[in-house]
Amino acid sequence: MGRKAKFDETKKVKKGPGRKARKQGEPVFKKGLIDDNKEERHLSHRQKQRAARRAKKKKELLEKRKALKEAKKNVAKQQEKEIPDDSEENADVENVKGFTDDNKEWLTPKQKGNKKPKEYETDSDTGEEDDSDDEQENASDEEQDSDAEDKVQAKSGKEQYKVGKLDDLFEDSDEDGGENEQQSEDDETSKMTYDSDSSEQNEDENYSDDDDDDDKLPIEKANIKLKKKKKLDQKLADEELQLNIAKQDVFAFPSEEELQNPTSLQDIHQRIKDIVTVLNDFRKLKDESRSRCEYTELLHKDLCMYYSYNEFLMEILMQIFPVQELVEFLEASEVARPLTIRTNSLKTRRRDLAQALINRGVNLDPVGKWSKVGLVVYSSTVPIGATPEYLAGHYILQGASSYLPVMALAPQENERILDMCAAPGGKASHIAAIMKNTGALFANDANKDRTKAIVGNFHRLGVVNAIVCNYDGREFPEVIKGFDRVLLDAPCTGTGVIAKDPSVKTTKDQKDIQRCFNLQRQLLLAAIDCCNAKSSTGGYIVYSTCSILPEENEWVVNYALKRRNVKLVPTGLDFGTEGFMKYRHHRFHPSLKLTRRFYPHTHNMDGFFVAKLKKFSNVIPEPVKDEDDEEEKGDGELNLNGDVTTDLQSKLSNVPVKRPAETNKVEPQSKKNKPNSGENVNKTANKNSTENIPKNKKKPNKKNKNKSAETLQSSENVKQIEAETNKSQGDKTLQEEQAVVVENTVKTKIVQESKKDSNTLIKFNKDTSNSSPNKKKNRNKKKNKPAAAVITAKVATISDEKLTDKIQIAASKKLKNKMKKKQKKVGQLNGKKANKPKVDDKPKTFKKNKMKSKN
Amino acid sequence: MKVLSEDRTRKLFEKLTKYIGVNVKLLIDRPDGTYCFREKKDRVYYISERLLQLAQTVKPDHLVSAGTCFGKFTKTNKFRLHITALTYIAPYAPFKIWVKSSAEQQFLYGHHVIKSGLGRITENTPKYQGVVINTMSDIPIGFGVVSRSTTECRHADPLATIAFHQADIGEYIRSEDTLV
Repeated sequence: MGRKAKFDETKKVKKGPGRKARKQGEPVFKKGLIDDNKEERHLSHRQKQRAARRAKKKKELLEKRKALKEAKKNVAKQQEKEIPDDSEENADVENVKGFTDDNKEWLTPKQKGNKKPKEYETDSDTGEEDDSDDEQENASDEEQDSDAEDKVQAKSGKEQYKVGKLDDLFEDSDEDGGENEQQSEDDETSKMTYDSDSSEQNEDENYSDDDDDDDKLPIEKANIKLKKKKKLDQKLADEELQLNIAKQDVFAFPSEEELQNPTSLQDIHQRIKDIVTVLNDFRKLKDESRSRCEYTELLHKDLCMYYSYNEFLMEILMQIFPVQELVEFLEASEVARPLTIRTNSLKTRRRDLAQALINRGVNLDPVGKWSKVGLVVYSSTVPIGATPEYLAGHYILQGASSYLPVMALAPQENERILDMCAAPGGKASHIAAIMKNTGALFANDANKDRTKAIVGNFHRLGVVNAIVCNYDGREFPEVIKGFDRVLLDAPCTGTGVIAKDPSVKTTKDQKDIQRCFNLQRQLLLAAIDCCNAKSSTGGYIVYSTCSILPEENEWVVNYALKRRNVKLVPTGLDFGTEGFMKYRHHRFHPSLKLTRRFYPHTHNMDGFFVAKLKKFSNVIPEPVKDEDDEEEKGDGELNLNGDVTTDLQSKLSNVPVKRPAETNKVEPQSKKNKPNSGENVNKTANKNSTENIPKNKKKPNKKNKNKSAETLQSSENVKQIEAETNKSQGDKTLQEEQAVVVENTVKTKIVQESKKDSNTLIKFNKDTSNSSPNKKKNRNKKKNKPAAAVITAKVATISDEKLTDKIQIAASKKLKNKMKKKQKKVGQLNGKKANKPKVDDKPKTFKKNKMKSKN
Repeated sequence: MKVLSEDRTRKLFEKLTKYIGVNVKLLIDRPDGTYCFREKKDRVYYISERLLQLAQTVKPDHLVSAGTCFGKFTKTNKFRLHITALTYIAPYAPFKIWVKSSAEQQFLYGHHVIKSGLGRITENTPKYQGVVINTMSDIPIGFGVVSRSTTECRHADPLATIAFHQADIGEYIRSEDTLV
């Protein structure tokens, strides 16, 4: 029989020995109670010495008074020297804390002299001599140090001084009425003993101090205060110094030889720890001669070696996590997550299942408050995947993180739901269980072999409302659409489940990631296409991966946000960290913080990402070009799923493409850097497109409304538009005509055209092409035309190339500014009025082309 | 997904009747919509009409399974009930056998039920009746055919076979690939 599991969450299993078992501390007695008996009998050597000294001092009372004044001066000097930034607050603090005038001993120079040898004594006694570095400091410093040590020494348990007597001494001197140095001296000595004791006694002392203070001259009080302050400061400074020294001792940057000769793993582990501490407090702990870069590089290397990752993956991980978290993540990725099972609510209840399994000798607990079906298995005497309960379909082995996307999806009964990448059917069966076997569940997987697992699991778990099919997810919208909810648990690099599959550490590289996120994007678009926005209950898409790379998560979702009429909605998961809104140079849509990330080190489940999207329109908006596309293009393999442009894009491929290849893909593309190689093509494309856009535009893209027209880069249109152009057969002849015209234009111009010039023209074309039909547009057109004319005219008149350049740069700048302003308007209007066919646009572009050709 | 031929339908129902008797009716006349048997690659699927319509949008090549697989027709045109049908057979079966927990594993590995492992048996079970086999905690773990009637069982030798093994839920692991 297993131990009683904690099914009832209200009951708490005791973890410790319990309150009663706690050991009572040693009783604390007042000093007087203990000491009186023993210590009266024998005075220690030092005590004797001090007693003698006290006697001596009494005689020299007057001298000391004089000396006091001197001392004040000294102190003032020292203060100026050492702690110029002393503040009043400190003094107050000291008073409050009850720091007393320990240091009265060095009120007088003479005393100093007296004290010093004693201090050394104590030092040697306790063996706590300060580091040699202190020695350089001046005498007063040393004294302070040693004072501290005196205290320590006193603490160390030498309670030889007879407390009662000292107190008496106090009182005696008080009674003497002489507010004198002797008193303070006594006070101090007594303090040294007292320090070892409880705070009460300190308080007592304070009282006595106060008494003293009452008797002292204000200037003396001030002096005492100053000294206290000084001492505290000194102490703090020393502590800090030592702390620093200690820390610096922790890590010294290894030399070249050390780096080249690989040491043991323990050493590397230590070094990792050290570097992490250094990086966490870099300003203080750094080696002055080393840059942060060197540290991170070393850390990178060490982490790669210690955790056996490949450099690429480690670099990416370092970009995602801060160092401290990174190490935690790596550690957590080494350890397997606890084995969790999901109760099949179609066949049993969690309580019953837990009881049955406990009877089989399984030690388990509920997975947490957030799930009503999860159980964590700590240990088991039987194979958990082969118990009769398992075979009877009462539960399925499923990681805790796999519940999340289904919980986010929140399926309702009688809905039609699609799980696009279902194998082996864990999440899909969870969906079916939540739907209680009503409605229809499509479980799709691209891998035929893996679909067998789906079938097996479904039958075992008693899922009867499911259709298992074997399509490439990207083709699924062609098969059937109109789902109420779609779950896409996309294939990924698996960087969140390194504990499960350590091969990820070494096998993944940039290409794998690229391949993954391209596939994911297409799948997500397909999933969105499959979903029905008009569903009364749903219209939701949940995207999840078991990867933690933003490339595969936020970026993919961000991409889909731009491509489809979807918005992010809260996932309904109350834990997990928010998705990234920015990652390196990427700036994602702010709503991406509604997505959820789960990490092995913080949530003790596999690394996971969950995003929930709501589709608000079934219309597929025209694609918008941005940095995502550039990558996509660079990859060459990606085609927009479900868009007509796909084929045509490939047709375009023989043509030099405007944007740079993937080499600089990480960099966000700036408009001006477009290479001109493809400009001819682009021009034609743009011009052709001007007429065709409106026809193909079905509905305005809502998102486009918000975006300034600047974001609509010509390149986007080129792709899409050209595609559309080719598609529309009716306009073909016209297009050809135009193409010819444009070509002529280009030829005539090409001689004098500089890069800038062409850019301007492209810009111009772009603008016109972007603008869509509406009344204001026409007005814009008219304005645009003269501007273009001006440019071209200038080009014609001035034959000198350089001059042309200059002028055109200026002109282009002006033009751009103008265009931007106008286009903003146009873009907004586009959003609203894109439906209208644009007829009047054709001749204008034509004219424009002609004008250019004249030049 | 095609409709079963008359011959095959008859064979299917004969087989089902062996296990669930007249309750076969309940499989067809259901309050929650009409259900039907469809055949795909000799496998017989039990599926609701509503789901069937959706399944027909999927091309046959790409359709792996829909609804519940009841069994398959062998090359010799006999119907073989698969363990996957247990979901529907178990609740309707009038005759049951309960096996002791010690004999559970035996049965799950594909062995027959012997007298010593027999925990309970429905009264009046006739000889060669199809029965559902349960654990003592009422979890159906397979089905078989009793080799003796209830009365005969009482006097049987401890090692004598009480029920012949036909299908058990261990097949989900043992033969996942050939299951459907």
